[in-house]
Amino acid sequence: MQENAIELRNITKRFGNVVANNNISLSVKKGEILSLLGENGSGKTTLMNMISGIYFPDEGHIYIDGKEVVISSPKDSFKYGIGMIHQHFKLVDLFTATENIVLGLKEKGRFDIKIAKGNVKEISAKYGFALDPNKKIYEMSVSEKQTVEIIKVLYRGAEILILDEPTAVLTPQETKKLFKVLKRMREDGKAIIIITHKLHEVMAISDRVAVLRKGECIGVVNTAETNEAELTEMMVGKKIELNIQRSEVVNPVDRLVVENVNYYDKEGIKILDDISFTARSGEILGIAGIAGSGQRELLESIAGLISVSSGSIKYNDPVTNETEDLCSKNPVQIRDLGVRLSFVPEDRLGMGLVANMDIVDNMMLRSYNQGKTAFVERKEPRDLAERIIKQLEVVTPSATTPVRQLSGGNVQKVLVGREIASSPTVLMAAYPVRGLDINSSYLIYNLLTKQKDSGVAVVFVGEDLDVLLELCDRIMVIAGGRVSGIVDARTATKEEVGFLMTKTDGGLTNE
Amino acid sequence: MLDKIIAFICAAIVQGIPLLYGATGEIITEKSGNLNLGIPGIMYVGGISGIIGGYLYEKSTADPSAVLCILIPLLACIIGSALMALIYSFLTITLHANQNVTGLALTTFGIGIGNFFGGSLLSFFGESGSISLLTTGKYYTTPFGFSIGDIEISFGFMAYLAVFIALATSFVLNRTRVGLHLRAVGENPATADAAGINVTLYKYLATCIGGAIAGMGGLYFVMDYTSGAWTNNGFGDRGWLAVAIVIFALWKPKSAIWSSFIFGGLYIVCVYIPGLSSATKELIKMLPYVVTIFVLVFTSARKKREHQPPASLGLPYFREER
Repeated sequence: MQENAIELRNITKRFGNVVANNNISLSVKKGEILSLLGENGSGKTTLMNMISGIYFPDEGHIYIDGKEVVISSPKDSFKYGIGMIHQHFKLVDLFTATENIVLGLKEKGRFDIKIAKGNVKEISAKYGFALDPNKKIYEMSVSEKQTVEIIKVLYRGAEILILDEPTAVLTPQETKKLFKVLKRMREDGKAIIIITHKLHEVMAISDRVAVLRKGECIGVVNTAETNEAELTEMMVGKKIELNIQRSEVVNPVDRLVVENVNYYDKEGIKILDDISFTARSGEILGIAGIAGSGQRELLESIAGLISVSSGSIKYNDPVTNETEDLCSKNPVQIRDLGVRLSFVPEDRLGMGLVANMDIVDNMMLRSYNQGKTAFVERKEPRDLAERIIKQLEVVTPSATTPVRQLSGGNVQKVLVGREIASSPTVLMAAYPVRGLDINSSYLIYNLLTKQKDSGVAVVFVGEDLDVLLELCDRIMVIAGGRVSGIVDARTATKEEVGFLMTKTDGGLTNE
Repeated sequence: MLDKIIAFICAAIVQGIPLLYGATGEIITEKSGNLNLGIPGIMYVGGISGIIGGYLYEKSTADPSAVLCILIPLLACIIGSALMALIYSFLTITLHANQNVTGLALTTFGIGIGNFFGGSLLSFFGESGSISLLTTGKYYTTPFGFSIGDIEISFGFMAYLAVFIALATSFVLNRTRVGLHLRAVGENPATADAAGINVTLYKYLATCIGGAIAGMGGLYFVMDYTSGAWTNNGFGDRGWLAVAIVIFALWKPKSAIWSSFIFGGLYIVCVYIPGLSSATKELIKMLPYVVTIFVLVFTSARKKREHQPPASLGLPYFREER
């Protein structure tokens, strides 16, 4: 039997009352690729952060090459030959590949960039990377930047490599190349852990798969002895009853028709890939997907905050019965049509509210251009603020308290309250309950349901599948910027949605 | 005619030397991501610290030695200006205060300190008149000359030192590990931090060393240019010119050398053009700033990444945001 490169025994990590990792045991052998599979928040990243020295485990032991070690800082983790490649690259744009690779190293002797370049070339040749050591980072593609990150850890002598969702930003061709390199590293005796959501990639690259769910290790299976259906079930688990009240849909009308929308970000990465769907009045359309699959960009393109590369977004006005093209309108015009966007959580205070202003002033962000004189109209916003505080039970000392002093749930109530006060016809909410306690969450669910009953087309982006299945009427699943399926929330199963979430057509085969 | 041109070039270089010190110091500071607008004030403090050091030494002995006459003011200048930079560092790096506000306050403060001690130093010791350190000034102005053909050119030692420091800075920034790390801190402190570089230490050191070098520009001005005499506000707005040179030279110490001489030339060219009215002279004095604006417009429009200021310039770094 091969030697274990790294072994975790009974690792537990808590953040306050939340158990992020509970009694997890795992091992990776030399010359082996282990996939770590799990939904958002299942504890994969926390676990890996403990290996790379960012967090320290509350309980449990870590063994490297059979010897117990204590990893209390990223430096320790370097020392034991562990290299982590994060999703967000840590590179200096203005530097060349080589300069980035040697950055922070305290080698002995005179600093000579030529020797370093030679070493980089040697590593590239050994594992089959295509990298120009003199190329500057800002001229590089995402895949080249990732190569720099990988060579960086190899240059430091890493024997254990952890890759956090390495394929999330790559094209299928680039993914293929990456996998070839990883296989060469495996042959060279390196131990590799890949964090991923994509099942077909798990099947294509890994020797074994460890599945995490809600901080627990559900099981470790040999890739050859499992299949995608089994892994999906392990990943999403059994359905939990939440008892969210769901009303029946009453004569739905097509309100928002999105057709063949494509969007490329400024780095040229395809974020939205041929997305088509319809949002109907009196219905909650759920959008499910791994975080970062394009949900945010989709909502922003409907709200007019970003302009799509191609495709059409049509809006059927309930008053005039006319069809408007949202692509050609600016955010103010779109808003005036009654399309409202409530964005949470990363930007609850970034895009929705101004943290240092009080509740009344935040109400005025919607009505600042109303009124006849040059002076702002303060009475109506004040009434609205008082109304929201009373109806939504916002806990605040007064309506003139700066929003930043409120708790997350109350901030969310203020934001949602303001958005629905203007009686929208389309209400889009992204992760509106993230970070909220159970009572506040139900209050938000009820608010959304109420909006639906009054004929609003609600678009709800969520991450908890149980909530999506009980709250929504239909669920659209996005995977890698594509619609991988639209299902009826009343009949769909959790496994079905979970499977769609990981279904990206990468065109990969197990070579 | 030729000797007139040579005289002008020499005068331009003399004018440019304080600017070069200031610009080199500010380049080092900005490479760490700190936009220190306190440089004009620091240069005043550098000058007056040197004056105070020199004055006390001259007063303490009947027979001042050449070495101490040079070293004491130099050391006093370095300590005084580094302390000013330390105030800036503590406020902006440790307390995350706004860099622009802190820098501007420091400039006001530094000019105040300079003028306060410049105006009252003598009266503290029961003397009257204005400060004039003849002995110290004599050693600082001792010319080191060379000749091109049959034209003699000579400057005090601090002029050569300024060029040497600028060249050394260029070498350190571009050829050494310390320089690589410093540039990384200024470009992307989070990445530098993750790579195990002590961001706070680098920022402190760069700002304080940069401040000390800039302060030496003030010392050159009072000891060499005015031969040991202090006049309130005598240094004028040269500190701002130094900050402008940093932009003009695109954050390159080597380019700062010739840029400083050009700016020095533009600063005094009005004196060398005969028959100008005083209004025209003032207009011509604006040239360095006008040129800087054009350089800013030009480089911003071209968007070449290498010509942009360090990416994190002016931004505080919070480790928690990793």
